[in-house]
Amino acid sequence: MNKTEYQKLVKTLSPKEPKFRNAIMAFLIGGLIGFIGEVIVNILMESFGLARVDSYAWLSFILILFATFMTALGKFDNWVTKAKCGLIIPTTGFAHSVQSAALDYKKDGLVTGIGANIFKLAGSVILYGILSAFFLCVLKVVLYG
Amino acid sequence: MYLKAFLFAGTVCLICELVLDNTKLTPGHITSAVTVIGALLSFFGIYDKIVAWCGAGATVLIANFGHMLYSAGVAGYAESGILGLFSNLLCSSGIAIVSVVVFSFVFTMIFKAKD
Repeated sequence: MNKTEYQKLVKTLSPKEPKFRNAIMAFLIGGLIGFIGEVIVNILMESFGLARVDSYAWLSFILILFATFMTALGKFDNWVTKAKCGLIIPTTGFAHSVQSAALDYKKDGLVTGIGANIFKLAGSVILYGILSAFFLCVLKVVLYG
Repeated sequence: MYLKAFLFAGTVCLICELVLDNTKLTPGHITSAVTVIGALLSFFGIYDKIVAWCGAGATVLIANFGHMLYSAGVAGYAESGILGLFSNLLCSSGIAIVSVVVFSFVFTMIFKAKD
């Protein structure tokens, strides 16, 4: 059996990703988070008299608290394997990646473990977010003053 | 508004899931790309319109991180020039970074890793 044949065999035997189901799950869960977010924003605006912009800030705060807490309890990982991008693309995914990295490397100590690895996964989001935002700001200043 | 929030957040997650399943990109690639796209949309003035259209449906996404970075940077430059751009860039998205660090550190001290 040569290499290409072997790869073909591996492909037929490996479990197929249920792409359609994944897509539907991502749509429903992602949509649900958007929907719940809108509900929370409206509650904050009506019950606490917050401005809309402040409610958005509180909402991301609440989502991060929820996601880190659920990850620490060990429930969030199962949800992510089911909902995939439905939980990864909202802010919950960012919080989940930081929390799970911190928990995973806790055994290596405070500095070389948690300190060195807490942004292991979320670091790229922060790095490229800041870089792109910075250069776009510069571009805007150059173009429009 | 509720329906719009559901549809927008759901559609973005759906597209990302399709990209994740049909390419070799990891979730890390996709979240970074979505953040950069958020900053780009903010640069073209589209993201503000999306937020006005579907509210929290747009602000719960990680793309909002890029949007907040960009708009805080622009506001900082308007206030106090180049130095303002540097000092203000993380202003509004600081909520996300600081809260995630504080919460995850506290919870890491309390809980143990589950396998």
